Amino acid sequence: MRYAETGYNLEIDLSSGNIERVATDPRDMELYLGGQGTAAKILWDRVGPEVDPFSEDNLLIFSAGLLHATPVPSATRASVDTISAQTGLYSHSLFGGFWGPELKHAGYDKIILRGKAKGLVYLWIHNDKVEIRDASHLAGKGTMETAECLKKELKDAKVQVAAIGLAGENRVYMSSIEHYNSSASRGVGHIMGDKRVKAIALRGTKDVYVAKPAELFDLCNRQYKVIYDKGSSVMTHSHNEAWHTDVFAWGFARERRKGFWNKELEEEWAKVTDSVFVRYNGCYNCSIDCHATISYPGRRSFSYKCYGKLTYAMAAYQDVAFNYDIMGLTQEYGLDSFSTPQVLAFACELYEAGILTDKDLPDFPEDSGKRFFYLLEKIVRREGVGDALANGVYWAARQIGKGAEEYDHNTTKKFEQVPLKLGALNYPYFLMYATGAKMNITQIEGSFPQNAIPDKERRKAFVDKWEAAPDKFKKIYMEWEPRTQPPIDAAVAIADWNETMHYIDDSVGICAFVSAFKGQFNKSSYHINNYPEFISLASGLELDQDKLWETARRNRTLIRAINNRRGMRREDEKPPHGHWKQRLPDIEKQLIDEYYKFKGWNEDGIPTKQELDRLGLGYVSQDFIKRGILTDDKASPAKETSA
Amino acid sequence: MKKVKTIKVDIDKCNGCRACEMICSAFHATPKYSSNNPEKSKIRVLFDPIKDIYVPVYAGGYTEAECNGWDIYTIDGKEYDECAFCRASCPSRDLFTDPDSGLPLQCDMCLDDPPQDEPLCVKWCHADALTYEEREEEGEEAKKKPDEMEVGLQSLVKNHGAKKVMESLAKLKQEKD
Repeated sequence: MRYAETGYNLEIDLSSGNIERVATDPRDMELYLGGQGTAAKILWDRVGPEVDPFSEDNLLIFSAGLLHATPVPSATRASVDTISAQTGLYSHSLFGGFWGPELKHAGYDKIILRGKAKGLVYLWIHNDKVEIRDASHLAGKGTMETAECLKKELKDAKVQVAAIGLAGENRVYMSSIEHYNSSASRGVGHIMGDKRVKAIALRGTKDVYVAKPAELFDLCNRQYKVIYDKGSSVMTHSHNEAWHTDVFAWGFARERRKGFWNKELEEEWAKVTDSVFVRYNGCYNCSIDCHATISYPGRRSFSYKCYGKLTYAMAAYQDVAFNYDIMGLTQEYGLDSFSTPQVLAFACELYEAGILTDKDLPDFPEDSGKRFFYLLEKIVRREGVGDALANGVYWAARQIGKGAEEYDHNTTKKFEQVPLKLGALNYPYFLMYATGAKMNITQIEGSFPQNAIPDKERRKAFVDKWEAAPDKFKKIYMEWEPRTQPPIDAAVAIADWNETMHYIDDSVGICAFVSAFKGQFNKSSYHINNYPEFISLASGLELDQDKLWETARRNRTLIRAINNRRGMRREDEKPPHGHWKQRLPDIEKQLIDEYYKFKGWNEDGIPTKQELDRLGLGYVSQDFIKRGILTDDKASPAKETSA
Repeated sequence: MKKVKTIKVDIDKCNGCRACEMICSAFHATPKYSSNNPEKSKIRVLFDPIKDIYVPVYAGGYTEAECNGWDIYTIDGKEYDECAFCRASCPSRDLFTDPDSGLPLQCDMCLDDPPQDEPLCVKWCHADALTYEEREEEGEEAKKKPDEMEVGLQSLVKNHGAKKVMESLAKLKQEKD
């Protein structure tokens, strides 16, 4: 019997209509856990570097995490993995809600989509019954509207739907896949649109088994309370936006407005929020209700969390009411609320600079808010200049030309980054921006504090209670002088710890909000010290901290290899140009050198044969040698590995 | 006087996390905790987040016939199907029906082995949408529930009449003797 996982994937060829239920190799769980990890293995095996993201051979993989549908609290984040047309690289995003656990109860760990449907379709998966159905009646419909239609059509309110909107249908690079209160973005929606899949509707009623039920429940019962007690700190519940409005840059990631926030503003915005606020809501079996449902007049209701409340407002120099108004629309169109505001603000800048003119944007309004709504309509329909803008800042800048390239100042590897403009170079963050494969810093950072507590005694008290940290990091933290950068080797270790936690979360399906992103300080929920017990009791895997860390490293390395095989090299590893005012080329070179060494990668950022073989990724090293990516053993000398 | 055990439901406090479904199905699985499957839970959250409808309902008794309860109630501007509040396992919907056996599911207030001091769904509901209440009410203590053998015999009596069942039993006994 398989524990935690169902042991089956659903393979759907949209071109031929062929549907298969395929048993998976239990060894894959041991090596890659599940979720993002096992999806990466499939992408490596089946999507070669020659595959165009918009070709039938690209795969779009929806994965439940290993712990989904087990009693482990907050295991909600389904993983979507593919090759993105925007970056040409591996693309990955997550969404919470109820969809991942429902997939497990339907009897599958993954849905693997290949080929392309002839017309717009939706998938109806009800346990063993799997159908590809015509979706022409859903064309152009909003994401929540689609979910509502499907629940009616399938005569079951308990159906869980993930859908794209008009943006995804038109292969807009910023498009998202929306499900209830959550969305997968970062370059997966346009591939779903390319495959002509409007939605996936799920209904599952089967059992999922765990290895040590009674022990696991005892552990989870206590964990549920820990998560609940910690939950009150979630930012969604607060009216105080001092931090976001002060730290993040306004407009097209240009300007910080320190001191913008004040008491009057807080009262004013709180009043707006209270007038449209409906309820805080949670995801499956999670005691933190970190999402808020908003019902703005004239718009469909939607959910947001955390900084989602402000991304459009700050990009347009508008207020919170504007953000709620536009989100009511963007959620229906299915657009990522991180990258989309950047693209809209970029277009406004090009207009101000005279690069885009009234010819490109006839009747372009004066008001920045109205401009956003105007541009949105052009982008989701790919009308006129909207066709270029729909490809994101990097590609739009090059398609528009006339000096627009100069304005592309906030992308890394062709992908829009969070709007941050800071002063002094931050060593661990430099590494995470430069080398991260998950494209958004929020998906990479989180474990290690960004500042040292100045008072030594208070710092000691913090460390004493810091149950999430391995001893090595407690030492680094204690020795860290406030307002200085940690030593290079410490910066490398910090970046590694940060991303390692995310690689664990994203393979088991635990939400980073209770783990890697926010979970590592104070009263921790999930961390390297307690994770092995949860995973072992659920899955039956024998696991300790070292083995789990090694598994995350294997997943990280495999994804690195997918990108290397698609041509990614050291020269691509650059954070946004103006992210920090201070740049230190020598230090930056050292940081990258040391990080690569630590990871067991060569000077070009390619994992060495020795490292690959050590991790059980011999099939990758063989492929690299065959393709000349690693020339021979001498090209990856042993001294460069960390082991 | 009789003791009545109830779960009070505050639909304004529910956030739709469905932890109640998870723990209920696990506690009642055989062997205990061997699986957790919301479909086998004796409490379900009927919800539509976009319409802000959140109704946790725990399973009452089985009823053989469909009822005529198809009315729509509007409460605070939100439309609720009358069925949303009904606790019955009935032929007109798949709620509170075990997906494998097709048998009706009924809440036992977690008095199963080992008996809990309060239902586990209540314990796991940190949003406090569910609270457990015991109160005294006029009337007699409910009769002890019939055991498995009695349920079977009752059904035979219903289908064949008491006389025929008695005769068959007597005949069986004779044959055995």
